[in-house]
Amino acid sequence: MIRFDNVSKSYPKQNRPALRDVSLDIAKGEFVFLVGSSGSGKSTFLRLVLREERASHGQVHVLGKDLAKLSNWKVPQMRRQLGTVFQDFRLLPNKTVAENVAFAQEVIGKPRGEIRKAVPQVLELVGLGGKEDRMPGELSGGEQQRVAIARAFVNRPALLIADEPTGNLDPQTSVGIMKLLDRINRTGTTVIMATHDQQIVDQMRKRVIELEQGRLVRDQSRGVYGYQH
Amino acid sequence: MRAQFVMSEIGVGLRRNLTMTFAVIISVALSLALFGGSLLMRDQVSKMKGYWYDKVNVSIYLCNKSDAEDNGESGSKACAKGAVTPEQKQQIETDLKKMDLVETVHYESSDEAYKHYKERFGHTALASVITPDQMPDSFRVKLKQPEKYKVITTAFAGRDGVQSVADQHTELDNLFTMLGYLNWAALGIMLIMLIVALLLIVNTVRVSAFSRRRETGIMRLVGASSFYIQVPFIMEAAFAGLIGAVFACAMLGAGQYFVIDHGASLRTKMELINFIGWDSVLTKLPLVLVIGVLMPSLAAFIALRKYLKV
Repeated sequence: MIRFDNVSKSYPKQNRPALRDVSLDIAKGEFVFLVGSSGSGKSTFLRLVLREERASHGQVHVLGKDLAKLSNWKVPQMRRQLGTVFQDFRLLPNKTVAENVAFAQEVIGKPRGEIRKAVPQVLELVGLGGKEDRMPGELSGGEQQRVAIARAFVNRPALLIADEPTGNLDPQTSVGIMKLLDRINRTGTTVIMATHDQQIVDQMRKRVIELEQGRLVRDQSRGVYGYQH
Repeated sequence: MRAQFVMSEIGVGLRRNLTMTFAVIISVALSLALFGGSLLMRDQVSKMKGYWYDKVNVSIYLCNKSDAEDNGESGSKACAKGAVTPEQKQQIETDLKKMDLVETVHYESSDEAYKHYKERFGHTALASVITPDQMPDSFRVKLKQPEKYKVITTAFAGRDGVQSVADQHTELDNLFTMLGYLNWAALGIMLIMLIVALLLIVNTVRVSAFSRRRETGIMRLVGASSFYIQVPFIMEAAFAGLIGAVFACAMLGAGQYFVIDHGASLRTKMELINFIGWDSVLTKLPLVLVIGVLMPSLAAFIALRKYLKV
């Protein structure tokens, strides 16, 4: 599903590379936590997977494709197989819940009939059945994140990338979100989640990849958040 | 691609940037009006050229007795060798008729010249003292290619018996040169306006893209093609450009209507000039409209290529 071969990434005007010689494999259907302190390279890792950045050295393969060889105009096609969730939800404030989810399908040209069927279905899946016509501002943080997850999942991506999805939520709400991500994972979708939340990582007992100053320092199946620093 | 969805996005974008949209519309309208105006000016000049060059003859004035007696006192020594002889006259006529360039040759005797002069200036004081033998004989030459009048001048000026070769083209050329300069000036202003319009469009599109970065960011993430992301912005620019172009067309039409046909009605006041008609104006409008749509679209596309990277 994802393979990094000796990947390094440096940004111009920065001495220290954001990623150094990272190699790893993530198989289809896995649930992976990506941990590490701020500036450890987690975001860069995710940006490389999304092909928002290109690796400086090494090869990044996502869904069987070498991203270095993927031409710009094919990138959108690839991204349709990825879902993305962020800490700040990134919903459109002037659209309803249903419209926010439908937006993800409209902009890739899905037929209207299909959208009408898929949106209530996915909202039901994330536990927001009946809230289709609410505005994002009227929802709690946890509910907003559920809308964001519904939007990321409505096109049934093979891979779901979550960048600190619980970062803005209280522990109890976070547990609900994690249950939801776990359920999505059980449908066969690979999930990569960058997080700082020790409790969640320790509870879930999934594979943990730890980055430190751009290096891969730990790759542990059924791991915990890490050693106390 | 869902037309309704795209259209609503365009409407939102244009309203959000209302002042900038107006600025774009006005600058596009002005630059295109100047552009169309200079095209029409060019039409007008070439029409006048065709008209006047056709009317205008090259006149070869021959020496008469009074010229010969004058003998340089009035500044010209062309007739120092005396009045023109019948042989010289004959020679000039056959030479003229041999030239490919010449269409017709008309001989105007001094009596005829006197008659024409009387007809035109009969009421003036000068006309009452002038006599037929003071008027020169002349050949009026009509050319197949009026713009090549200089050939006649070089061939006949300075010949024995020829007092002077007059081509009224010189007078006209001064006028046309002036109109040409005016035309260049209009094009220059147009160019500046066009640059202003383009910069405004680039800026407007960037502002528009920036104010919608949340939407476009999501679009990118869920895999909307860059074409789909860019189309609303390009359509916005194209739409503003189209409105500007329509205004420009209206200005050109109004110019023709109020300046030439009615209002100032130059057509009736200046009968000597034959003005361009509506056919000239109407043929320019499609070009103005097409440029008005394409130019902003292209500017928007270029502005977005840097801004909305995949």
